[in-house]
Amino acid sequence: MADTEISEQDVTGQEGGPAQVPSEEPTHHPSVGEYVEIGAILAVLTALEVALYYANIAPSITIPMLIALTIAKFILVVLWFMHLRFDSKVFRRFLWAGMVLAGLLYTAAIVLVGIAAG
Amino acid sequence: MAAEAGAASAEHETSLGLSNEKLGMWVFIGSECLFFGAFIAAYILYVGSYGDAPEINPTTIYDIPFTSVSTFILLMSSLGVVLALAAAQQGNHRQMRTWLLATAIMGTVFLSGQVYEFTVFMAEGMTMSTSPFTTSFYVLTGFHGVHVAIGILLLLTLWARSLVGKLERRTTDIVENVGLYWHFVDIVWIVIFTVVYLIPAE
Repeated sequence: MADTEISEQDVTGQEGGPAQVPSEEPTHHPSVGEYVEIGAILAVLTALEVALYYANIAPSITIPMLIALTIAKFILVVLWFMHLRFDSKVFRRFLWAGMVLAGLLYTAAIVLVGIAAG
Repeated sequence: MAAEAGAASAEHETSLGLSNEKLGMWVFIGSECLFFGAFIAAYILYVGSYGDAPEINPTTIYDIPFTSVSTFILLMSSLGVVLALAAAQQGNHRQMRTWLLATAIMGTVFLSGQVYEFTVFMAEGMTMSTSPFTTSFYVLTGFHGVHVAIGILLLLTLWARSLVGKLERRTTDIVENVGLYWHFVDIVWIVIFTVVYLIPAE
């Protein structure tokens, strides 16, 4: 991980002096070869998903596997293509905050509407 | 001269040392999670509500091989945009333009596929108002399509500005921010493809 932490001292500066702005620019981006590898893995995972759809397997097995493959694809794109693995933690927090909020809000909505509908 | 450069740099950085535009893009992406989350939740709620048209349901209407190919093309377009960014970082503007254009073309193919799919569905009697299932399907995939269309316009704008030499300053930052938007559109489709098309409705 190439995360860069921001200490309080970095932001406020020392002895009342001017704020020292840390450089948060990414220090590393994947190489072209890594990007192509991730693209190939994404293609294979998508092929696996479609194969699972056509495989004559019980939904109780298929659905968790499909969800796991989707999460794997999601994480690959977010960490490598969107560079969250290498970028500032601040950016990561915005994405996770949005996803956690959405997850909580809409899970509650689905449960409540489901209960109301009987 | 150095002071001017410093002032120009400070314009684009927050007090955390982060790029304002990039931070703004991540805030936007965070808010978009809530936007698409609402439509995905609505689809999950109404996927079994067929109204007066029980024959129009996920098991009869979707063309999985066709949508799988569209999904593959959209995934590969994400690869295209990171290759454009890699070229921009190397200062190779010609290669960057090639990948930007390739990404825009792949996005257009995906969008054309979606328009074709909607046309087929309409011909089979699946309209917005057929049932709660069809409404939630069209709203979710339609809004995603609008986002893809906006992404294509952004990519083509970058390509055209680079072609006429108006994308010389901060090229990498601009391509990276447009790329973030494009990847977000891609990850939303990764979720839609599984939730809407692959997971059995019953």
